[in-house]
Amino acid sequence: MRSLARLLLAPAVGSLFLWMIVPLAMTLYFSVIRYNLMEPGEHAFVGLENFRFFVTDPSFGTAILNTLLLLGSVIVITVVLGVLIALLVNEPFPGQGIVRVLLISPFFVMPTVNALLWKHMMMNPIYGVLAQVWRAVGLTPVDWLSDWPLLSVIIMVAWQWLPFAVLIFITSLQGMNREQLEAARMDGATWLQQFRFLVLPHLARSIAVVVMIEMIFLLSVFAEISTTTGGGPGDASTNIAYLIFKQALLGFDVGVASAGALFAVVLANIAAAFLIRLVGKNMDR
Amino acid sequence: MTRKPLPALGLTLAVSLGVTAPLAANATDIVVATVNNGHMIEMQKLTHFFEQANPDIHVKWVTLEEGVLRQRVTTDIATRGGQFDVMTIGMYETPIWGRKGWLQEIKPDATYDVDDLLPAIRSGLSADGKLYAAPFYGESSMLMYRSDLAQKAGVTFAERPTWDQVRDAAAKMNDPKAGVYGICLRGKPGWGDNMAFITTLVNAYGGQWFDMSWKPQLESKPWHDAVAFYVDLLKKYGPPGSSANSFNEILALYNEGKCGMWVDATIAASFITDPKQSKVADKVAFAQAPQQVTAKGANWLWAWALAVPASSKNAAAAQKFVNWATSKAYIELVAKEEGWAHVPTGTRKSTYANAQFVAAAKFAPAEEKALASANPLDSTLPKSPYTGVQFATIPEFQSIGVTVGQQMSAALAGKESVDTALKASQTAAERELTKSGRLK
Amino acid sequence: MDLTSPNGQRALLWIRTIAAWLVALLIFFPILFMLLTSFKTELQAIAVPSVWIFTPTLDNFTHVQERSDYLLYAKNSLITSVVSTVVGLVIAAPAAYSMAFFPSRRTKDILMWMLSTKMMPAVGALVPVYVMAQTSHLLDTTFALIVVFMLSNLPLMVWMLYSHFKEIPPEILEAARMDGASLLTEFRHVILPLAMGGIASTGLLCLVLAWNEAFWSLNLTAANAGTLAALIASYSSPEGLFWSKLSAASVLAIAPIVVFGWFSQKQLVQGLTFGAVK
Repeated sequence: MRSLARLLLAPAVGSLFLWMIVPLAMTLYFSVIRYNLMEPGEHAFVGLENFRFFVTDPSFGTAILNTLLLLGSVIVITVVLGVLIALLVNEPFPGQGIVRVLLISPFFVMPTVNALLWKHMMMNPIYGVLAQVWRAVGLTPVDWLSDWPLLSVIIMVAWQWLPFAVLIFITSLQGMNREQLEAARMDGATWLQQFRFLVLPHLARSIAVVVMIEMIFLLSVFAEISTTTGGGPGDASTNIAYLIFKQALLGFDVGVASAGALFAVVLANIAAAFLIRLVGKNMDR
Repeated sequence: MTRKPLPALGLTLAVSLGVTAPLAANATDIVVATVNNGHMIEMQKLTHFFEQANPDIHVKWVTLEEGVLRQRVTTDIATRGGQFDVMTIGMYETPIWGRKGWLQEIKPDATYDVDDLLPAIRSGLSADGKLYAAPFYGESSMLMYRSDLAQKAGVTFAERPTWDQVRDAAAKMNDPKAGVYGICLRGKPGWGDNMAFITTLVNAYGGQWFDMSWKPQLESKPWHDAVAFYVDLLKKYGPPGSSANSFNEILALYNEGKCGMWVDATIAASFITDPKQSKVADKVAFAQAPQQVTAKGANWLWAWALAVPASSKNAAAAQKFVNWATSKAYIELVAKEEGWAHVPTGTRKSTYANAQFVAAAKFAPAEEKALASANPLDSTLPKSPYTGVQFATIPEFQSIGVTVGQQMSAALAGKESVDTALKASQTAAERELTKSGRLK
Repeated sequence: MDLTSPNGQRALLWIRTIAAWLVALLIFFPILFMLLTSFKTELQAIAVPSVWIFTPTLDNFTHVQERSDYLLYAKNSLITSVVSTVVGLVIAAPAAYSMAFFPSRRTKDILMWMLSTKMMPAVGALVPVYVMAQTSHLLDTTFALIVVFMLSNLPLMVWMLYSHFKEIPPEILEAARMDGASLLTEFRHVILPLAMGGIASTGLLCLVLAWNEAFWSLNLTAANAGTLAALIASYSSPEGLFWSKLSAASVLAIAPIVVFGWFSQKQLVQGLTFGAVK
């Protein structure tokens, strides 16, 4: 059985390995040479110069902070709200099917459209829906993108990823052992106790999966930022991905882009290590 | 229920491979990459006329948003990908790429009348005397104001007012309680967004990006005065959310009647005077972009042009297409199909000499004057080592422009003082130029 | 009020229903707004205050149909998403099965490594992948996109399937094995039905991720293999008002997946509970 198990793993591991190794090797190579698309033919070895340039950008520290803030906030929002919503729609009620489709609908929208939707239809301080709601209750509308750029991006991204969490939690809850819950209820356990001692442990693994997968995607949020705030004002909503874009892709400097990408990988590994400590033990209970 | 994945899988794989099998074509296929602006969509719609006249050529289109398009075509042309036969590029890329030999020289036929092209546009799209991209439409910038609001406030404008006069007018026209803001200007970070405007403002204050030894001048007096003026003006008389507004956002505001004045691309004029999309279509008047210390470089110059990459495999067919789309006949075709108010402008002298066009487009005289006064080869008061009016035609500019744009946006949003923003901008510009070796 | 009494239960049901609908509508609202906008004229779309009552028009949809080759883009999106998801599931399921039921010391490491293949931001890997595609003459082909999407989503599929497989109690498998079931039978008749909800949701999520993937779709394609991401990109932020047209294009781009989503969530509802199985 053991060798069969290994055989079953082979296609997945093999294809991913190739997919990872070739771009990684090229990126490593590009990061230590001088390679600018606008200057073909000059590929001199420059050692750590590209890394130095990337790291000495005045926005580097802010970009890392913003990346982590974005990551952490969206994960917390989606997991907490996701669990609550999944619990809410778990038991049958009239219109459950439609409600479920409505709940997962934001995930279907393309990120660029999502960004434009929020920027113009919702968050614009003059003609956005939120501004109109604010005015209706007598407050001055909030200038979301100028005053709270990172928060605005967090809201947009959380809205888009909430369905992902909800869907995974709904699926997980469907597989819960009903008999156990019934027994607990008959023993007089309150809803809160049931939640804490039965439901939450059951959800632990799917929470871990959601956290890890979202981490991977949220580290490279890009479309929302470039469409709405352009990384600004200043560098208030610049994250590492946008910094790479701005510094490297706009200048067509493949060397610095590769150095930046490697930094992003390092950052991702650190974030992963931290999150694994937090939720990883739930993975293989 | 049992799953039978294998047959279904085989079928879908076969279908997908079938899709990628090359089509046997006896016609030459050319792929045109373009921006999704109105005039280009128009060109796409009229392609069948070209194909009828040239039955051996079939045109395929790739239409993308500006930022994505630029990314895509630059990656392709720099790696000699050969994916596109005709690229729509701007006045920023053309001289750079032309000098590198990445573009084919445009060789129009005799009926093209290349001398009919507006001189500034032509020189902006050439390098070393050779034309490397044929202009499809061109634009400058000008002041567009609400004639009704101006009248109500008792304001009149000289043909080219000063910025001080504009500020006074904005103060008079500003009425936030009635939902009208004195002036709307770009603020979203981007080298082609807020920086296009701010560069012309700095030019008007007598400043420049880099001096003759390529030292960035962002902490000089003209920059300081211009940016301080800009921040103050918008804070007092501009709409909220300015630091995230670019062309489209302000267009929406203007068409809803919320802006008293707007300084932006001349192409906006065709939108704000169109009753189908503007509530104030008949209440708009025009003046030249404001000056201050000088009128040099006060209004910008941009053209979207069609170029043929050197790596294209269907160069002859591509050249024919470029010829067709930028010819006088094409303009007449659009006029016949859509009306003179919708022709692509800003490229040829003959367009502005056409009586029907001038009659249909209220903005024609102001636009023509703006285009005539913009000169990419000489747009700053002190002498500059770069060409370009609202940008510097060097590869490092995009990156510098975005970072400085971010800083300007921060100053506008009140997150930083003007001095801090300019200092950070200066550092960024120096960094980029040192890396590329331009600044020793 | 006694919540366990029938009246109490009914009240609870109504509270839950109202709360659920409220939350769903709140979350759905921006999309509803976009849906409405797709039937407005451009002028109505930018109106302040927003226009809620208006005569709907189909102009935007016809415009999209005339101007862009919607069917080509939709076909490409369909092919690339579906094939990449199906192939991915076929590769991921055995891997997840192997790690869930035959775990070794290496399992967690392998899982983490798979996830780490996604750590490099696409923005940084653009040129290497582009050059790779170029040298293998795969630029502007649906094949290239299928491969890229499949490999991008493979780690997710493995993780999600692993998680769902882990929720199957090992006793059931033991029982089947003791009855002499072979590996394939075990997979088909025991695991598949139990994990169907999980497989369906994994498939749906990865399908949507491939559907919405814009970075590689735009950079690796030209005129032939463009997906709906290219359709959207051709309506985003041109010079000029574009809200209602973009909304119409988006509605057309989302329409097929909403259908998928509806069917998939039916699978979730039908997911068997363990009580029933026992």
